[in-house]
Amino acid sequence: MTDARTAVLTRIAAALTDRPTPAVPRTYRRASGPGDPYLFAERLRDYRAQVRLVPATDTAQAVTDALTEREAQHVVAAPGVPAEWAPRATRAIPDLAGLERTDAVVTACRVAIADTGTIVLDHDAPDQGPRSLTLVPDYHLVVVRADQIVAGVPDAVAALAGVRTQTWISGPSATSDIELERVEGVHGPRTLEVVITLP
Amino acid sequence: MTFLGMPRGTGNLTGTPFPTAARAALGDAQLRRNLAKATSTIRAKRASVVAELPDWAELRAAGAAIKDAVLADLDTFLLRFEAALVERGTTVHWARDATEASRIVTDLVTATGTREVIKVKSMATAEIGLNEALADAGVTAIETDLAELIVQLGHDRPSHILVPAIHRGRAEIRDLFRREMPGVDPDLSDDPRALAEAARSYLRHKFTTVDVAISGANFAVADTGTLVVVESEGNGRMCLTLPRTLISVVGIEKLVPTWQDLEVFLQLLPRSSTGERMNPYTSVWTGPTEGQTSHVVLVDNGRTATLADPDGRAALRCIRCSACLNSCPVYERTGGHAYGSTYPGPIGAVLSPQLTGVDRNPTLPYASSLCGVCYDVCPVAIDIPSMLVHLRERVTQTKGRTAESAAMRSLAWFMSDAKRWRRLLRSARSARVLGRRHDRIGHLPPPLSAWTTARDLPRPPRQTFRDWWETR
Repeated sequence: MTDARTAVLTRIAAALTDRPTPAVPRTYRRASGPGDPYLFAERLRDYRAQVRLVPATDTAQAVTDALTEREAQHVVAAPGVPAEWAPRATRAIPDLAGLERTDAVVTACRVAIADTGTIVLDHDAPDQGPRSLTLVPDYHLVVVRADQIVAGVPDAVAALAGVRTQTWISGPSATSDIELERVEGVHGPRTLEVVITLP
Repeated sequence: MTFLGMPRGTGNLTGTPFPTAARAALGDAQLRRNLAKATSTIRAKRASVVAELPDWAELRAAGAAIKDAVLADLDTFLLRFEAALVERGTTVHWARDATEASRIVTDLVTATGTREVIKVKSMATAEIGLNEALADAGVTAIETDLAELIVQLGHDRPSHILVPAIHRGRAEIRDLFRREMPGVDPDLSDDPRALAEAARSYLRHKFTTVDVAISGANFAVADTGTLVVVESEGNGRMCLTLPRTLISVVGIEKLVPTWQDLEVFLQLLPRSSTGERMNPYTSVWTGPTEGQTSHVVLVDNGRTATLADPDGRAALRCIRCSACLNSCPVYERTGGHAYGSTYPGPIGAVLSPQLTGVDRNPTLPYASSLCGVCYDVCPVAIDIPSMLVHLRERVTQTKGRTAESAAMRSLAWFMSDAKRWRRLLRSARSARVLGRRHDRIGHLPPPLSAWTTARDLPRPPRQTFRDWWETR
């Protein structure tokens, strides 16, 4: 008896006696360039994420304001996040039990998409941290620089080539599984707050 | 034809014949109300977000062509995908059918010593009957998607690809949670918020303590060995991140050639599926991540048999968005259970019979009015109506001689000769004894009742057309 791998490959070769050669028409919009931060903010609000648009010089103040309003005690920032953004935050990644006691987590992002209100994290980047950091705590604050916002999905996919581990986030966790009624906040962070910094 | 000889798929792909199951479903008024509300809501959402994209038609054409390109060189792309995964340190397994796939996963799970696994919602694992196989080995599989959890706690079957518990109302779900969910508040209300919160607390403990997770994949990138899971709740992220062992069950048709191809599918899928610009969470990982052990099980289970039919293979383009279910007038009335397969609705009616062979699913190709709306909304342009007609032809071929085919043959004999035909038509007048009361024939004995249960037969006229024509 042949092994499953050989058997499946043999079946495929037998199935494809005709070997068609389809051409892929790439006539859709490939690259749209930089994204509009105001459209990005509007899309985020559609998902009921909290949004603050501030001048880049006010980033630290905006982060502090958000954490204060949240009344967050145990704050963790990804190790590579600039010290001035969240000076009192812990910079070491806690273990799982520690993450469960964490009130708020602060990270940067790799790229954001205006069209869809999406934030993409690169988990190999020190200012974004491992996946559990932005998953277990109930509140996630992301700082997005205006120059990280692209217009559409193809722009983001191009920017993310070669990034091994990513999470694409579009609003807080949600479900529509019961009578299609949307409920925000199931397993991921129930509150997503985004600080968009303008040049 | 080669496809008749190809090994077929097994697992959860067949059930009661569609007409029988549909008749029972049509009697359920609650089900029809839930479905009508759900499908009309989601149709409207889909239409509005699809209309936002000026290049939707171009994206759809590209999506169809990328999938066709993968299928046309499936062996090459699978080997490329395998090599990329192995290079990263993922162990790759191959499975010919459902039984073999379930056995591979069960062996991997039992080798870790765990008695519980957590699962990300996955059509492939439902298709291969994995939960049942794990249960036989003494392992409890915990579904973590809210709707899948509702289905599991209710010892029920999914009725929709995207929202598997759409047939359940909130009061039913509350009663179910009160009865079946360990540690739940006995005064739990039927507010969807409260129900979601109950699921959150119940599953939180599982996420942080169970050490093996099982996922499917929405897309698998051949070039890089990257896997993609698209979801809403965050249960997928939990399962993919926290356990030390991750086993992903992937149908061999899930491949896309390159990372860049996702620029098409990450636009097509969310808008077609939940009617959102983007789903809340998409997880992307390449090889073992953050210290995990990772396995990928590549499953055939009738896909190569489907690939062998040039007129049917486009069904393998399907990205499981469920837009065809939400748009189908038949699905809207019967619901998903009537299709008897893991894959319901129009796509199920073309995919299930091809995976199993039409002889094991002979009624599904007829579960359609051929109105064509499924083709219009399909993000990868699967021409489901033409495929249904093609499969009906194959059903007829596999049946051999039947009473119907004998009747057709004798009719052909009469119709091939003018005199015979005239005599036959004249003799039909004798049937005028039937249907005297309403001037139409309402009921006939079996097997002719197959026609008259749903339709009247006109009463033959006193004079045939030919006789009338000659008297003019």
